Amino acid sequence: MASTMIALASASLPASLSLRNNCKLKMKRGSFDHNALLKEKRNSFIKTKSFGRLTMVVAVNVSRFEGITMAPPDPILGVSEAFKADTNEMKLNLGVGAYRTEELQPYVLNVVKKAENLMLERGENKEYLPIEGLAAFNIVTAELLFGAANSVIQQQRVATVQGLSGTGSLRLAAALIERYFPGAKVIMSSPTWGNHKNILNDAGVPWSEYRYYDPKTVGLDFDGMISDIKAAPEGSFVLLHGCAHNPTGIDPTPEQWEKIADVIQEKNHIPFFDVAYQGFASGSLDADASSVRSFVARGMELLVAQSYSKNLGLYAERIGAINVVCSSADAAERVKSQLKRLARPMYSNPPIHGARIVANVVGNPALFSEWKAEMELMAGRIKNVRQKLYDSLSAKDKSGKDWSFILKQIGMFSFTGLNKAQSDNMTNKWHVYMTKDGRVSLAGLSSAKCEYLADAIIDSYHNVS
Amino acid sequence: MALRTGISSRILRSSSTFALRSMSSWWRNVEPAAKDPILGVTEAFLADPSPDKVNVGVGAYRDDNGKPVVLECVREAERRIAGNLNMEYLPMGGSVKMVEETLKLAYGENSNLIKDKRIAAVQALSGTGACRLFADFQKRFCPDSQIYIPVPTWANHHNIWRDAQVPQRTFHYYHLESKGLDFASMMDDIKNAPNGSFFLLHACAHNPTGVDPSEEQWREISYQFKVKGHFAFFDMAYQGFASGNPERDAKSIRIFLEDGHLIGCAQSYAKNMGLYGQRVGCLSVVCEDEKQAVAVKSQLQQIARPMYSNPPVHGALIVSTILGDPDLKKLWLKEVKAMADRIIGMRTALRENLEKLGSPLSWEHITNQIGMFCYSGLTPEQVDHLTNHFHIYMTRNGRISLAGVTTGNVGYLANAIHEVSKSA
Repeated sequence: MASTMIALASASLPASLSLRNNCKLKMKRGSFDHNALLKEKRNSFIKTKSFGRLTMVVAVNVSRFEGITMAPPDPILGVSEAFKADTNEMKLNLGVGAYRTEELQPYVLNVVKKAENLMLERGENKEYLPIEGLAAFNIVTAELLFGAANSVIQQQRVATVQGLSGTGSLRLAAALIERYFPGAKVIMSSPTWGNHKNILNDAGVPWSEYRYYDPKTVGLDFDGMISDIKAAPEGSFVLLHGCAHNPTGIDPTPEQWEKIADVIQEKNHIPFFDVAYQGFASGSLDADASSVRSFVARGMELLVAQSYSKNLGLYAERIGAINVVCSSADAAERVKSQLKRLARPMYSNPPIHGARIVANVVGNPALFSEWKAEMELMAGRIKNVRQKLYDSLSAKDKSGKDWSFILKQIGMFSFTGLNKAQSDNMTNKWHVYMTKDGRVSLAGLSSAKCEYLADAIIDSYHNVS
Repeated sequence: MALRTGISSRILRSSSTFALRSMSSWWRNVEPAAKDPILGVTEAFLADPSPDKVNVGVGAYRDDNGKPVVLECVREAERRIAGNLNMEYLPMGGSVKMVEETLKLAYGENSNLIKDKRIAAVQALSGTGACRLFADFQKRFCPDSQIYIPVPTWANHHNIWRDAQVPQRTFHYYHLESKGLDFASMMDDIKNAPNGSFFLLHACAHNPTGVDPSEEQWREISYQFKVKGHFAFFDMAYQGFASGNPERDAKSIRIFLEDGHLIGCAQSYAKNMGLYGQRVGCLSVVCEDEKQAVAVKSQLQQIARPMYSNPPVHGALIVSTILGDPDLKKLWLKEVKAMADRIIGMRTALRENLEKLGSPLSWEHITNQIGMFCYSGLTPEQVDHLTNHFHIYMTRNGRISLAGVTTGNVGYLANAIHEVSKSA
């Protein structure tokens, strides 16, 4: 460490450096006689100072952060990084949920390009948005989610604040919960998107899980789910995926949603929806919002986080929203003001570019229609590769295992049922990158690669435990 | 709770599907938040129908017609990146290219720290986001530490470290009588703080006062920081705006680096590139070696992931396009200087106008202070008078944003200030 400092120094070092070598200069109280050392140093400073420039470059500040260890790679975003580093030509990235074309290229939607051209022509300024975000965006995003004619919108009972995509919107909601419902718990499905727990942890909100995925059926453990929601302390927040559950792809049926709503109302819980895939599940924006809308129709107060990362392909623009449906316009106004107060010390106000794109697309009837068509194409491609993957698996797997769960799952992801060791085999032997929970992103799968993937899955499932 | 259960089950039994709970909402304990003292000013200004209204509230640059400005270099960069075929997620640490260029601005083109890869740096959500990442990082890895914040400072600094749950202390900074730096008290506070304290410093163009230490004073501060083993965190939101020259404006940081301090630094492109709404900035932390820098960066990313996953791309692309192209960079430097020069011109004009009106007070501080803001010395009551009577909008601490002053309104502004202060 001392040698590093010497290398740093651009000038001569005072003799007191040797004294320093013997001390571990961490800023812990009482670890050594700091004062004696300082007296010594002060004198040498005075000597050198008279030369008009401080030549002392002995860093008194040994880094505060010396003990910091390397954080583990993010289990999801880390996958893409590992994929990039792989040089094998068969490699397949089924890690992060980012849509790819059949040629496995990223896809910028045509409506987005058109919207950006419009924006470029208009030459709008880049002034700060208000803390709650772009007003035009907030209006269209709530309408998209609830339906423009919905009473909650007509009655101004929704507090909508633009957020940093799904993550940022969830974080605002979590911070609101922490501040106004101290001690209240969020219960989330087992499994759920990995970052949900990080968000709640960093926001200081306690959480626990409710049963969701049944490995035996590779389907929904509905009884377990209902039972766990019932068992949660009254007034818990129930984190639900509005559609296209991540990571499993397993959604409740409409009847099951009704029963879930019943038990939530019974227990005075608050529904907390994460809607990251509106339009991607069925291909229809309205159909994918039906779970949220049915809860709203019951008069329930609830929270909904939205993201435009996938359905408008705006991943890196970080555009989404947090909506809080309240029982009165007055409550909505107060809640909105407090959401702003949470956002201000996080990032002051949200980025403008993505918000403008969404406002232009959703607010323009022609572009909106075009978007719906593009959405259907994207969802359609994924349905096709699901089918093809299932067909390949059924044809190649001679064991008689039923792979039809793949067809029942919905959205970008499929929960293959592979365990961690098997998932590792997928990567290490087959160069198929996926998350360790067995989730594959079908958005990253082309028709051309379905057979290869089927081979990899069959091998991992049967030959690795 | 029991009451609510009773009522809600009654509602469930009723066949109405639009059962707006007539009893209280979940959110009845939620009070309306006070308006943000800075951003609230602009809201009030926009709502004012008076044709004479003047907005010298928020620190966003305006041209001499009072209009927001998009820099030419930015427009050109946007033309070049239009039709960009890639909106894929940035890595959690943001755009590598943008961060590289940004570090050069703060640390110097030929910085050894950069060469030796000793700086842990991530793209952040402008200055606010950079400060917040650092505050959370400080809380996580130095949980017993506090932050020393100058008095006064940008109001949101308090919010940031508070929400990060880092206890705050203050140190003297602004000298009321002279409207300059209270250097002696500041040095006392530095000396009296426990060794190894964390200090928040404004690298240049202090917000809200416009009062910066001189170069010699910065050297003394740095020296004393060495003696005490303090940690210096620089918030640099106005590089280029203070003197018109970004290299000069980074002088305080360079002095600390020469002295071997391992600093932290928040940088923002909101003002100097006019990218306000794009939220582009950078947080950097100087480490002992490359290995530590890699570890620290990974931990910063770990804090960003549950806040927003990864930062927005558009603004970062603009920055890296401009700074990565020598001609565009030259254009940018020219435009930054023009903005800074216009502000310096308005300082002079405002002061001269006030003196011409025969004000009994001294207005030297208007031209002594640096950057976008002037701490006028007006009281909150005088500010209210300016707003209510003259439709002049500013924050109640008397801070005037010179960016909102134009040749068209400087006379009106001077007159109004004179009116409210002449009998003070």
